[in-house]
Amino acid sequence: MIELNLREEDIETLITDLYEFYGYDFSHYARASLRRRVNRIMVIDRFPSFAELQYRVRNDAEYVTHLIEEITVNVTEMFRDPQAFKVLREKVLPDLATQPLIRIWHAGCATGEEVYSMAILLEEAGLLNKSLLYATDLNPTVIDNVKQGIFSMNHMQQFSENYMASGGKKDFSSYYTAQYGLAKFDDRLKSKMIVSTHNLVSDRSFNEFHLIICRNVLIYFDKELQNRVLTLFDESLDALGYLMLGSKENIRFSPIARNFRQIGTERIWRKMK
Amino acid sequence: MAENEIGRMIIFGGSAGSLDVLLKMLPHFPRGDVAYVVVLHRRADVDHLLQALFQKRTTLEVVEVEDKEVIDRNTIYLAPPGYHLLFESRREFALDSSEKIHFSRPSIDATFESASEVFAEKTIAILLSGANADGAQGLLQVRRAGGITIAQDPTDAEVSYMPEQAIAINAQMHILKSDEIASFLTNVLR
Repeated sequence: MIELNLREEDIETLITDLYEFYGYDFSHYARASLRRRVNRIMVIDRFPSFAELQYRVRNDAEYVTHLIEEITVNVTEMFRDPQAFKVLREKVLPDLATQPLIRIWHAGCATGEEVYSMAILLEEAGLLNKSLLYATDLNPTVIDNVKQGIFSMNHMQQFSENYMASGGKKDFSSYYTAQYGLAKFDDRLKSKMIVSTHNLVSDRSFNEFHLIICRNVLIYFDKELQNRVLTLFDESLDALGYLMLGSKENIRFSPIARNFRQIGTERIWRKMK
Repeated sequence: MAENEIGRMIIFGGSAGSLDVLLKMLPHFPRGDVAYVVVLHRRADVDHLLQALFQKRTTLEVVEVEDKEVIDRNTIYLAPPGYHLLFESRREFALDSSEKIHFSRPSIDATFESASEVFAEKTIAILLSGANADGAQGLLQVRRAGGITIAQDPTDAEVSYMPEQAIAINAQMHILKSDEIASFLTNVLR
């Protein structure tokens, strides 16, 4: 990547501007990733210096929507870490099956690959028709993709392998129609999805859930914000509800840790009180 | 907490043909006011074995990095599969699951670049054998930031492409054979 000599103060200036002009609060985002993302967008959008980026941010709201989408990370996969999805399949869903209505929140779902993974698990467990999948993300354009359910065919081989490793028995391609390099997933999978914007930094809880899935989102936050978001999750979980994080994320050092018990070695915890 | 900061951050980056070299070097990693990071392009089938494989050959502690892991002395930190390994500060790691770089996540460039910003002249970066261009640009940035940079001698590397890419842009200060690297580090730390 081209060197731009982005200074630490530049990042702080950008954070201040995004908050003061648009209300987006990045002050508790981990700086290591944020700096890389800002560097990256300056290269992609060809800003010769930080001053030009700053000018654009202050004067072009439409550009800021694009900027937010690019400086937040929207990379996700279907059935990423298949072993964790296997635990959902074998331990968590059989327990949730006793509920009359299962409410699941995918917080920071990006383009929605994991929401579709979950819908597939629910369908295979015969639970999809009594489930609601709330899919939220900060970026309005990114969640449009969740509503469409269209993903690039380039990844389907990998997703299919993940699906099988998670204990999937069907032919993965039976869940989508391939056309022009795209995979369009069956409409019945999205029939129980409720998609909306939600900012974990500034928005409150909006329901009580039996399972909250938030993977590789907390890694971009500092510890203070992580603890705030984990508390939000704790308050948004039903008694005996489940929380699933990314494979390198942990609640161990957070104030909510004492309320939860880990399920095996995967990053899935059950709320005990 | 300036007194708790590590004196030197030593980072190895490697791809095809670098695992055996690292395993041979491991018992000779010097102790001191230092922490080690290893960024390997890993094959899924040996992934879960890597920590144990390393630990068998060294008395230093070997840790696969978790989110916001604190950096301790005399510890070897492995970049976890599927994440770029960055430095949030001189005290703490950060993980990042953004796009692959040179088809790789973890990317060696990402870790080297982050070290050049956070540890600057306290960085020692070593680029080993590999068939990929990852690491060369990052090595150059470490050098520009005042750190010490080493490329494995291409004649000594099982796959010479990766160190050659670094040498082509003059990112290295030293070209060393694999059996010279540990004693070089010992001398620097002395």
